[in-house]
Amino acid sequence: MQTVVSQTSPPKKSFLYDPKVRGVFYQVLLVAVVGYLFYVAATNAIENLQRAKIASGFGFLENTAGFDISQSLIPFSAAGSTYGDAFLVGLLNTLIVSAIGIFFTTILGFLIGIARLSTNWMVAKVAMVYVEALRNVPLLVQLLFWYIAVLGPLPQPRNSLEMGAGFFLNSRGFFMPRPVYAADAWAIPAVLAIGLVGAFVYRRWAKTQQEKTGRQSPVGLVTLGLVVGLPVVTWIVLTLAGANPIGFDLPKKGTFNLTGGMQILPEFVALLLGLTTYTAAFIAEVVRAGILAVSKGQTEAASSLGLKSGQTLRLVVIPQAMRVIIPPLTSQYLNLTKNSSLAVAIGYPDLVQVFMGTVLNQTGQAIEVVVITMGVYLTISLVTSAVMNIYNRRVAIVER
Amino acid sequence: MKKALVSIAFGLTASLIATGASAQATLNSVKQKGFLTCGSNTGLAGFGLPDAQGNWTGLDVDLCRAMAAAIFDDPTKVRYIPLAAKDRFTALQSGEVDVLSRNSTMTMSRDTQLGLDFPAINYFDGQGFMVRKKLGVSSAKELNGASICTQQGTTTELNLADYFRANNMKYEVVAFATSDETFKAYDAGRCDAFTTDASGLYAERLRASAPDDHIVLPEIISKEPLGPAVRHGDNQWGDLVRWTHNAMLDAEELGVTKANVDQMKGSDNPEIKRLLGTEGKYGEGIGLTNDWAYRIIKHVGNYGEIFEKNVGEGSKLKIKRGQNALWTKGGLQYGMPIR
Repeated sequence: MQTVVSQTSPPKKSFLYDPKVRGVFYQVLLVAVVGYLFYVAATNAIENLQRAKIASGFGFLENTAGFDISQSLIPFSAAGSTYGDAFLVGLLNTLIVSAIGIFFTTILGFLIGIARLSTNWMVAKVAMVYVEALRNVPLLVQLLFWYIAVLGPLPQPRNSLEMGAGFFLNSRGFFMPRPVYAADAWAIPAVLAIGLVGAFVYRRWAKTQQEKTGRQSPVGLVTLGLVVGLPVVTWIVLTLAGANPIGFDLPKKGTFNLTGGMQILPEFVALLLGLTTYTAAFIAEVVRAGILAVSKGQTEAASSLGLKSGQTLRLVVIPQAMRVIIPPLTSQYLNLTKNSSLAVAIGYPDLVQVFMGTVLNQTGQAIEVVVITMGVYLTISLVTSAVMNIYNRRVAIVER
Repeated sequence: MKKALVSIAFGLTASLIATGASAQATLNSVKQKGFLTCGSNTGLAGFGLPDAQGNWTGLDVDLCRAMAAAIFDDPTKVRYIPLAAKDRFTALQSGEVDVLSRNSTMTMSRDTQLGLDFPAINYFDGQGFMVRKKLGVSSAKELNGASICTQQGTTTELNLADYFRANNMKYEVVAFATSDETFKAYDAGRCDAFTTDASGLYAERLRASAPDDHIVLPEIISKEPLGPAVRHGDNQWGDLVRWTHNAMLDAEELGVTKANVDQMKGSDNPEIKRLLGTEGKYGEGIGLTNDWAYRIIKHVGNYGEIFEKNVGEGSKLKIKRGQNALWTKGGLQYGMPIR
């Protein structure tokens, strides 16, 4: 399938022995064989479906679903929602657990990766044990461990653990107050937006100031004050003025379980914990490899300039390590997203559980459902990969 | 590389064509293989459950055993494939199993849209609820706000939604892939109630950490006619399943049992003669020998016998015959005449 094209004057050869022609011939042959295979597979599937009188097509997505789902970010009910809605619910549940998982696993993975390189013997060994233990146990086992052994023995709703301020924990999940927004609650996001813009402007000003004069400004503190402090102060002021912008719906004890408030399902918590702690072990290794790839001379040069060790890590080592870290980190993000499909074992309604489990079964549209599901995971993976590649291009070494 | 690709290509093509052809006559392929593949439950006491040695027992697996007896004169020529509810129909459609005998409800959509046929009903059931006694609940109508464990991809899941909607009650559903996971979650306290077919409730209760702490609520919220399923379009194979069930019912009605079937062969009763193949050529009609029903009863027994042994008073489940009694005794089981 490879063609060797010689640039020198071609010796006179028979047409049949021309490597270029042969190359093209084999490529065409391969494409034809693959195409024929797909054709046979497709016609065979269609024939079998017709013979068995199995309805096909994507029309089923508009039929009423008739079942309920425990967690849905969009309104879903057995009465009015369709299989298409069930697909969306499953997709959103997959995306939310993956997004939150990626966020936490990045933080945890970086911390442990750096801890493994710590000069403190204890810290380094604890990180090593974490990585080796978590990395070498199958994820499914870990998920079941979190779900059955850790979250299972929590008390029944009637003896919920009370943590004060409307927070409860029991075997049905974690309960917290649900904010109820009043009419004048818009002031708070408005102030938050002002705070964000202010913080951005201040950071730019501080940066140019430092470049001009060398003086450093307390950027972190001011940003915190603008983004968190300002909205909180606004809220307190509004409340004192009697406007009461945000109320809270507290969970109350009902016949079977707590009612009201916000409930986070134990299935979600178990899946998030399992995915985060497992993937973090891999990310820790990626981070360690990235840091070790930065030449020791860089650290020495940084200390000879008088940078503290924290500064050295943050300003010199990590930025260079990122170039090595990003590509394998992307793979870990993709793994986390795909592994979220193991949710089916612990009853979390993700895409695979809802769509490839319940919907496939209630409709029998195996081929369509599997094709859609494969397409979704492929799309998620390609988008994640594309975003990370763009970031990678920005941090890559600019060669002159 | 090239060679490998080409051989893979031809291999795939050959296998695709082969599956296309074998889907047509299941009986022939079963005879050729020398055994029957039977889609069974992953483990439901009384219906389909493997013991420590891997021997399957239960009402549903006995139907497969009866079919093997009719075809091969040997009830052990069955390979059981445990299937979760959510995988069962796909496994049957794709030809992974020859017959699905695992407490599956016959519904119109399954019969007409899934490419399946339900040739017989070997257990008439209905959906119920189980709760812990200490909840103090005595009726399903009091379950407003409860969380309920169920198995996904079942009619149970749909009936549950219907029932709570019809009674204007709220609930939280927690769905699992297998009955095992579902019941474990309920037993661990994840849900207030567990729902499945009433027979399943009694069977699963045996596995609870403290069976006496649980009660089955009186409401039966649905009709669940459970029976074996086969692929749509292979009528000969469907006939074989249907008449295997009928033969076991007729045998019970005529008083032919595993113990007396040899003496009954000499009976003058024309119905018994036709059943046991001493008169007429009924076996040939389903592609078997004429003593097909004799083989079933000799090796497996009549319907009453397998009922008593697996789920009835003689078993741990102690389920009454109820709707599953013969029509002559006020039940719904009605063996079609062999003639």
